[in-house]
Amino acid sequence: MAEKSGADILVQCLIDLGVDTVFGYPGGAVLPIYDMIYDHPSINHILVRHEQAAAHAAEGYARSTGKPGVVLVTSGPGATNAITGITDALMDSIPMVVITGQVATHLIGTDAFQEADTVGLTRHCTKHNYLVKQPGDLARVVHEAFHIATSGRPGPVVIDIPKDVQVATAPYVKPVLNAHPSYRPQVEPDADAIERTADLIMKSERPILYTGGGIINSGPAASQSLRALAEMMGAPVTSTLMGLGAFPASSPQWLGMLGMHGTYEANWAMNKADLLLCLGARFDDRVTGRLDAFAPDSKKVHLDIDRSSINKIIPVDVPIVADCGRGIEALIAALKARGYKRPDYSEWWARIEGWRARRSLDYVETGSEIMPQRAIEELFKATRGRDVIITTEVGQHQMWAAQHFHFDEPNKWLTSGGLGTMGYGFPAAIGAQLGNPDALVIDIAGDASIQMNIQELGTAIQYRLPVKIFILNNEYMGMVRQWQELTYESRYSHSYSDSLPDFVKLAEAYGATGIRIETPDQLIPGIREMIDSPGPVVVDCRVAKLSNCFPMIPSGAAHTDMLLDPSQVSGTLNDEAKALV
Amino acid sequence: MHIRQEESERHVLSVTVDNEAGILARIAGMFSARGYNIESLTVADVSADHAVSRITVVTNGPPRVIDQIIAQLDRLVPVHKVVDLGEVGPYVERELALVKVAGTGEARIEALRLADVFRAKVVDTTLESFVFEITGPTSKVDTFVGLMRDLGLVEVGRTGVVGMLRGAAG
Ligand SMILES: Cc1ncc(C[n+]2csc(CCOP(=O)(O)OP(=O)(O)O)c2C)c(N)n1
Repeated sequence: MAEKSGADILVQCLIDLGVDTVFGYPGGAVLPIYDMIYDHPSINHILVRHEQAAAHAAEGYARSTGKPGVVLVTSGPGATNAITGITDALMDSIPMVVITGQVATHLIGTDAFQEADTVGLTRHCTKHNYLVKQPGDLARVVHEAFHIATSGRPGPVVIDIPKDVQVATAPYVKPVLNAHPSYRPQVEPDADAIERTADLIMKSERPILYTGGGIINSGPAASQSLRALAEMMGAPVTSTLMGLGAFPASSPQWLGMLGMHGTYEANWAMNKADLLLCLGARFDDRVTGRLDAFAPDSKKVHLDIDRSSINKIIPVDVPIVADCGRGIEALIAALKARGYKRPDYSEWWARIEGWRARRSLDYVETGSEIMPQRAIEELFKATRGRDVIITTEVGQHQMWAAQHFHFDEPNKWLTSGGLGTMGYGFPAAIGAQLGNPDALVIDIAGDASIQMNIQELGTAIQYRLPVKIFILNNEYMGMVRQWQELTYESRYSHSYSDSLPDFVKLAEAYGATGIRIETPDQLIPGIREMIDSPGPVVVDCRVAKLSNCFPMIPSGAAHTDMLLDPSQVSGTLNDEAKALV
Repeated sequence: MHIRQEESERHVLSVTVDNEAGILARIAGMFSARGYNIESLTVADVSADHAVSRITVVTNGPPRVIDQIIAQLDRLVPVHKVVDLGEVGPYVERELALVKVAGTGEARIEALRLADVFRAKVVDTTLESFVFEITGPTSKVDTFVGLMRDLGLVEVGRTGVVGMLRGAAG
């Protein structure tokens, strides 16, 4: 049988696996692979400007399409640059396969030029990783890597390929994956756990559905099942940052996001519920607040595909290890089999409406300045009727976007939740635009975060990707400044964004459009102009500099200790709370 | 502010894994990355085709941490099976130690007498030293080594624990 080079086998595998887009950056240790890609126009290689951006772009592509993101980088600095993005994908369960070049096998361990122990470095920021030492192993490893990245709890998988393995040859047969000897994620729920959950639902007077990114990872069908379950029960629904869009924000059953910057009604309902159905969320510290005060009077059911997420933070009454979609479907079937009828939750809803009436997302406007919340609201209004995908950076703008931009569909909201990576949003928008050429993709950014991967303007221009960057420019690392105001008596240590570039000129320098919005009357026309301008656009929207993001649960506080506005802030915290971050 | 510590218990975990490069780093690294304790860790391949290794980890932590450790081990791709020996049933655990003791006169005689009591074997001897080989549960080895400290202990080498469930089931 004719043999193929390792590089050829790799590219053939990618084609066989249906990969059409690869985000990458070349270098010495991947030259054989790049040479092979030269001959395969069916693989759309997107040349980024920094390997971190390749990984975030792959995340954006994956999150918005449901397909795995693929990254190709060189050894040493190429691999280490990608690590932030790989870790981000691990924390947010994003399916991703990262191919890294490595020095030739006989040079491994000799401190060779551009050698880094990629497998060692990425061991704990990947779901799994491989060092391939024989071209004959490549096909199996590549197919297995895609299987692992996309099944169970999705995550990043690294394949490190020494340069000599890319050049050496082996016979290639398309591998058939047999059941993996040790990796077998549990997809179907345990019937008994489903019945016990149904029992709890039948007895509950104050249930709440607490949903997360697991529903989105499970696929669009899981979001549909969630809607069906919520409709069946008539129960309130809240979600984590990662789960926004799984349940429509336009539904009257929607309480908004919960947690540190969640709504008053979502957090109070969590606190007072007698049954908490946690579906594909993981009791993150940003969600729970003070643990001993978290949903104290409720029975708790936790549906998650990752057993290690269950009982990690909060002990639960009923654990269900399964794919979210399959778990919810089984629950619906169990309820139907019992002839379940939507109970009368009117008392529960009356209390919730009382909390909702506090209008916790309201803010005060001065008239002379653009309030950042207003900017997001106008952005939301101006984009109705369009297929919109929103990405964000990390900071206040991210939380305001989560609060004031409303999502009715999954896969339209891409944000760095677990790792909280500044610099995520713009490359993620590039990836999302590639996966969704007709969508209006907007990165809601902060003036500090956007500078972390601003070089990707070059990528957006090169590939004619009409992504829009909407910077809420408050001239501060606003979220840091807010914490300093609230906990360190407004001692603003190094949180001022000094020497900001002129973002309009910066955009123009790359060949993009720059727009500045300075006054409230320019807001709506400025947003219009952004949407109507072809190609990449950078909007420098000057907003009130010292706005704070409310409501807020201070660290170490209970859901019921929410701060609704600045007047409730003391300006200091005790050491216990300070240590919690 | 002070950092508080929780009550912990000792557990012996038997972990069956693919015998692949880096597996030990993957397991040990998971413990250190998540702040779990390792009291001892042994590993050797145990299948005829060298494809599967058995790792015995002795760890300690509060029950909820032990539960997490098992779940975290279980989700590693090359891990086939994790058994918390003490939870599943009665089990045996053994450890082997080589204990070097130097001395003459009364101390030397006493060391040999105690070795006999503990059923330790003499595997090397000179006129002023012994190397004892002792096997047993950790507590027995601890006790023996403790006694030898007063009788001219020079050095100790221990294998760490291997464990197995009692009875016919695997
Ligand atoms: C890579 C990285 N470094 C540091 C931080 C810590 N951090 C969180 S929010 C923030 C400030 C973000 O400022 P900006 O992008 O201007 O957004 P704003 O909060 O003003 O909306 C910082 C520094 C982070 N999340 N990520």
